[in-house]
Amino acid sequence: MGGVLVIGLNHDPRVMPSTLLGAPLPAFDLPALDEAQPNIKSASMKGGFTLLNVWGSWCVSCREEHPLLMKLSKDKRFKLVGIDWRDTKAHADDYLLTNGNPYAAIGTDQGGRTVIDLGVSGAPETFVVDNTGTVRLRVPGPLTPEIWAKDIEPLLKDQGPAS
Amino acid sequence: MIRIVFAIMLMLFNVEAAHAVLPSEMLTNPVQEARARSISSNLRCLVCQNQTIDDSSADLARDLRLIVRERIVAGDSDGQVMDYVVARYGNYVLLKPPFQMDTALLWLLPFAALILALAVAYATLRGRPVLDDADEPNDILKG
Repeated sequence: MGGVLVIGLNHDPRVMPSTLLGAPLPAFDLPALDEAQPNIKSASMKGGFTLLNVWGSWCVSCREEHPLLMKLSKDKRFKLVGIDWRDTKAHADDYLLTNGNPYAAIGTDQGGRTVIDLGVSGAPETFVVDNTGTVRLRVPGPLTPEIWAKDIEPLLKDQGPAS
Repeated sequence: MIRIVFAIMLMLFNVEAAHAVLPSEMLTNPVQEARARSISSNLRCLVCQNQTIDDSSADLARDLRLIVRERIVAGDSDGQVMDYVVARYGNYVLLKPPFQMDTALLWLLPFAALILALAVAYATLRGRPVLDDADEPNDILKG
């Protein structure tokens, strides 16, 4: 029984299992942050790997992972798509102007409905979606180079370069 | 002195303020609102894990409370509303987890511990000499 309790000590209670692993990405259709751009739809995320990153200009840990996102935006093996959560356009634009914009496309979720459909409990949170639209990985909290090398890079290698 | 007493009273009687449901969120139908309250008090707030969404003033908890009410108005049963949230966040959001394969250890471990304790107690006590009336308590102490 002690053994069971020891396992508990090494378990981070903030990290919850995702109900989405191995399941299709829930359908969504979000207005783009830049109104001139078309809506961001889950259906358009097939045919290549997508990194779906939930963020907000109010989110402190998002700033922590931002430099890594900037680096990843140059990687051609996947598309980095952002969901701007509970934010105002002015604040989001300001954030991207100051820190750089790593996203190929950004949808906004003011009501938080899509974010709840994704089972997100806090920003930042990142989903790796494969070319069939299936969620392969969920990373709650900021992305780090360690998580990238250990969990995400193997998924990308697995599938080869995105077509 | 008055201020200290006041501060203590404030701490003691502040319990009421714990509920986070805002009047604007409430449903006009009191039966539906009561159901929403009872469902919400069984759902965990994902941001502040030891609070229910009924108690929490976090934005995410409020969004979930609104969804609970929306589902009720749409005609869902209590079970369907719970399933809706569990489908997104997993059993983790339930403050009382259901009994199934991956929670079996959680539910059964206390009973296993009780049975083990009873078995150990039985084995230990059975080997002990029975104290009969003729013995003086002091004899036992002297060994």
